[in-house]
Amino acid sequence: MKYIIAVIQPERVHDVLDQLEAKGIHLVTTSTVKGRGRQKGLTHQYRGLKSTSTLIEKVKLEIAVNDEYLETAVEAIETGACTEQIGDGKIFVTDLEQCIRIRTGERGSAAIG
Amino acid sequence: MLRRSGWVPGMPGAGLWLWVLVLGLMPTLAMAQDTAPSGAEGANAEVITAAADVVAVVEEAGTINTGDTAWMLVASALVLLMTPGLAFFYGGLVRRKNILSVLMQCFVCMGLVTVLWALVGFSLAFGSDTLGGFIGNPADFLFLNGVEFDKPWPGLTISGQLFMIFQCMFAVITPALIIGAFAERMKFSAFCAFTAAWVLIVYCPVAHWVWGGAEGFFGLGADGALDFAGGTVIHVNAGIAALVACIMLGKRQGYPDGISPPHQLPFAVLGAGLLWFGWFGFNAGSAGAATDQAVRAFVVTHIATAAAAMTWAAIEWVLPTVNGHGGRPTMLGTITGAVAGLVAITPASGFVGPMGALGVGFGASVLSYVFVAKVKPLAGYDDSLDVFGVHGVSGLWGAIAAGIWAVPGYGIDGAGGLLAGNPVQVVIQLKAILYTVVYSAVVSMVLLKVVDVIFGLRAEQHEERVGLDLTEHAEVAYTVLD
Repeated sequence: MKYIIAVIQPERVHDVLDQLEAKGIHLVTTSTVKGRGRQKGLTHQYRGLKSTSTLIEKVKLEIAVNDEYLETAVEAIETGACTEQIGDGKIFVTDLEQCIRIRTGERGSAAIG
Repeated sequence: MLRRSGWVPGMPGAGLWLWVLVLGLMPTLAMAQDTAPSGAEGANAEVITAAADVVAVVEEAGTINTGDTAWMLVASALVLLMTPGLAFFYGGLVRRKNILSVLMQCFVCMGLVTVLWALVGFSLAFGSDTLGGFIGNPADFLFLNGVEFDKPWPGLTISGQLFMIFQCMFAVITPALIIGAFAERMKFSAFCAFTAAWVLIVYCPVAHWVWGGAEGFFGLGADGALDFAGGTVIHVNAGIAALVACIMLGKRQGYPDGISPPHQLPFAVLGAGLLWFGWFGFNAGSAGAATDQAVRAFVVTHIATAAAAMTWAAIEWVLPTVNGHGGRPTMLGTITGAVAGLVAITPASGFVGPMGALGVGFGASVLSYVFVAKVKPLAGYDDSLDVFGVHGVSGLWGAIAAGIWAVPGYGIDGAGGLLAGNPVQVVIQLKAILYTVVYSAVVSMVLLKVVDVIFGLRAEQHEERVGLDLTEHAEVAYTVLD
């Protein structure tokens, strides 16, 4: 089992979700996060004054998958989120030790799907 | 990609330049179109300082008019609504940890100032001359004794009590305006003490000079100064006090780079909308009656505000501000312009024509923009929500503009303003401004000093970081869950 954490541009979320759905990956958790990276800040103007926020709003996706779905999920996220601009985000993959479905008490791979 | 420099025909900027050009020509248009008033207006010529002028002579005085009473009741309620409107205007502009402290301070103005006004404030502003006209006699209407429900206020066709409650709403909003300057860092106890003292010691005397029938040295109204609905008494007065307050309190921690942008701009827009709406009561109500002058004030208030809102947005659009790209017209800029226009037309509202109003609104946004966007950063003071830049500067402009665009029938001996060939009116306006600026600045400074010694003006550093909502009021506006 793998755990995928992707940080992407907010405006790409719908594309990524569509891509995942098309590949049969339904399970996903999203959250709005703030962070910084190479994109640096965004400049706003308030009453003629510039204001640069160093933290930029992003969306974080978290997806638990069985091993055979890993590449499919990663490709779906890449396809949906890539614009070839700085700020497109990153995908992190880690091993997932356990997964438990609360309703049934199932453990492991069976609980993910 | 936006325009990098200059403009290309057919792009959005082109229309804007035209708009700016048209507004720039307003002074000329105003001269051509604001002709002499009808006979009906001439009859009201003595009513120079409008609603509040106890020495004014109006023919129908002596009886209470039901139509006038109905209008002034509504107008009073409209003016009250401006303070919650201001609360949301300011509340949306601060950081999320301080919104309740700002809303609370505005509501305290509604409560505290009303009580003070009923006890003694009204008498200080509208009692008979005391100390050589410096202030009204506090004994005249102490506890509202002698203010009648069924007898007209001298010179008006509404009762004394109605006049009193209409004026009360003005006293409420004036100190509330100052809140924007010291927002996010003033201790609540210090705020309450300062507000109470400021209303009685600064607002009441200045209201007395201009509207209260003061004679002699302080008799600005008697001199012929035009202040229809409170440009000097309210906006210049509050704007100067705000400047003094924000300088004395010092900058917020982290200003300017570490201050987050406005946390809830839609609130600010809501507040600005309520201000615009309530301002009709403020300005048209200052006619004191349902007259042609009230209609004039209503019309020019709306036109000046519209012009100012569009002017500010246009300035932002044509000036390159963001990383060398063309600027964007912002919502915040548009409502800021609207408020600047409302402020500027206030002293002039009963006296100028619709085309004069365009000039007043245009000038307000240009001047306030320069102060807010250029002068304030250079000077380095932290006027959190630009009370001086918007209310002070546009208030000063409006007071002068009244002397420029007043149509014949108003002003000294009904001679109108500068554009009607009566330059002396501008001098009188400057005198009223000078008195107000000097008095407000000096006394506000002394009051703040005294409050600082007794209570301490500033919240502790840690409290300022956590936010005043939690530390001063033990509540938060936005819960984490649910």
